[in-house]
Amino acid sequence: MLKIKDINVYYGNIHALKGVSLDIQAGEIVTLIGANGAGKSTLLKTISGLLKPKSGEILFEGEHLAGKVPQTIVKRGISQVPEGRRVFANMSVEENLELGAYLRKDKSGIQEDFQKVYQLFPRLHERLKQQSGTLSGGEQQMLAMGRALMARPRLLLLDEPSMGLAPLLVKTIFRIIEEINQTGTTILLVEQNANMALSIADRAYVIETGKIVASGTAEELGESDQIRNAYLGGH
Amino acid sequence: MAKSTKNVKSFWGTIVLVIILSVVIQFLINGGTLNPFYVNTLYSIGINIILAASLHLIIGITGQFSIGHAGFLAVGAYASAIVTMKLALPFPVAIIAAGLAAAVAGLIIGIPTLRLRGDYLAIATLGFGEIVRIAFLNIDYVGGASGMTVSHLITWPILITCVLITIIVIVNFTNSTHGRACLAIRENEIAADAMGINTTFYKVMAFAIGAFFAGVAGALHAHNFYIIQPVNFGFLKSFDILIFVVLGGLGSMSGSVIAAILLTIISTFLSSYPEVRMVIYSLVLIVMMLFRPQGLMGTKEITAFFKAGRSAKGGMQNDKHTVA
Repeated sequence: MLKIKDINVYYGNIHALKGVSLDIQAGEIVTLIGANGAGKSTLLKTISGLLKPKSGEILFEGEHLAGKVPQTIVKRGISQVPEGRRVFANMSVEENLELGAYLRKDKSGIQEDFQKVYQLFPRLHERLKQQSGTLSGGEQQMLAMGRALMARPRLLLLDEPSMGLAPLLVKTIFRIIEEINQTGTTILLVEQNANMALSIADRAYVIETGKIVASGTAEELGESDQIRNAYLGGH
Repeated sequence: MAKSTKNVKSFWGTIVLVIILSVVIQFLINGGTLNPFYVNTLYSIGINIILAASLHLIIGITGQFSIGHAGFLAVGAYASAIVTMKLALPFPVAIIAAGLAAAVAGLIIGIPTLRLRGDYLAIATLGFGEIVRIAFLNIDYVGGASGMTVSHLITWPILITCVLITIIVIVNFTNSTHGRACLAIRENEIAADAMGINTTFYKVMAFAIGAFFAGVAGALHAHNFYIIQPVNFGFLKSFDILIFVVLGGLGSMSGSVIAAILLTIISTFLSSYPEVRMVIYSLVLIVMMLFRPQGLMGTKEITAFFKAGRSAKGGMQNDKHTVA
């Protein structure tokens, strides 16, 4: 479904991604784990078009996406839940969700997706008119996910959904990620909480200072010592 | 959008009220009840409302902190003066030409600078305002430092029509899909980008529309004051406009309009006491910011109060989603 070949991304002089390649099959949950500054979010931002790679290819269902603007990429079926949630704080929950469907024109499909989002996140339905900046961290995470789903993506990019949440909420969020996946949405999950991520993922990649250093099925990686090193800081 | 039809109704209701009121004012002007001093104050209020509304679109709705608005005012003023005085075309043509000239200036300045954020954008727009002023100062065709004399062509019907068109266009824009995109940019530009909103396009669009109406205000300004000089369009003028928007409440159209009305009245009546004028004016601002930092209206619109009044009487909540 998504094929990334040897991409290089720079922040000015800093070489943030050094020849990263990655592969995602339709229907999978793939997780990308690594320490702070390893390049996880950079990779997600590059896929969603917020950053442009200097070289390399991004193929989504056979179409080249590298260097395309975000709105084209959202239209093709990739949507992102940005790190730190970034809800539109002064807008209501409902308005946030409406903005998720910004590029869509099919009104009945949008209605359907509203219902789907309410089913996944009953809490959001209870708080439709509430200003989203006043939601708790967990609720904001749910809103950011619901908002991304309103674009009806085929590939959902999740950037650190567990960040700053209580352990119990983290479990809920991960259960919902599995549910989203079961409805046929492919997921690329970026996480620091490697244990949780590996527990729901099919396959995983480990990234360290801009390079993929290991990959395999979630079980394989979960048992490897190398992983313990990588997500604890890496050497 | 979740905007209920009620809100729209009370908006149009307000517009109808204003039209009735302005017809009454026209009769008062014809009958000579209003002396020229008051009429002139009304003209200033109208011009300032247009300026406040146009900057509200850029700062309040799209969140782009621009402090070079007097630059667009100047472009509009000079463009219209050239059209009426040098080309001898009718005033309405001059108004449209002024708007278009300012919109073009908005595009030229907007496309490169809107990549900047926050303070950087503010400084760039401030620089733009000064460049415009100094450019006019050095063009002999428009009179240089001594400025241009302009006929007094402004009339109450023309003014109120421009005010109403400005408000209707900007309110409708805000409530449209495009307006929603602009609001999303104000709230969080990165998230807006990630939702697939073309942020650069909308920022430039808001900038150009805002500039257009500032240009219209420039045309009215030029044909009200008999003379235009570059010195009238310095950065202090930009700050005056900015103050309307901030004092009214960032993000509230009615707030900007109310602030424009109040401050114009205050500053007109204080002009009889020039030595204390700026002191009192500044004190009003300081007190306001201390006790109501969110501005007169916060982010609320005046129509929200009508709505609140009605739901208190048992108004029905509209729960259906309609996505524009």
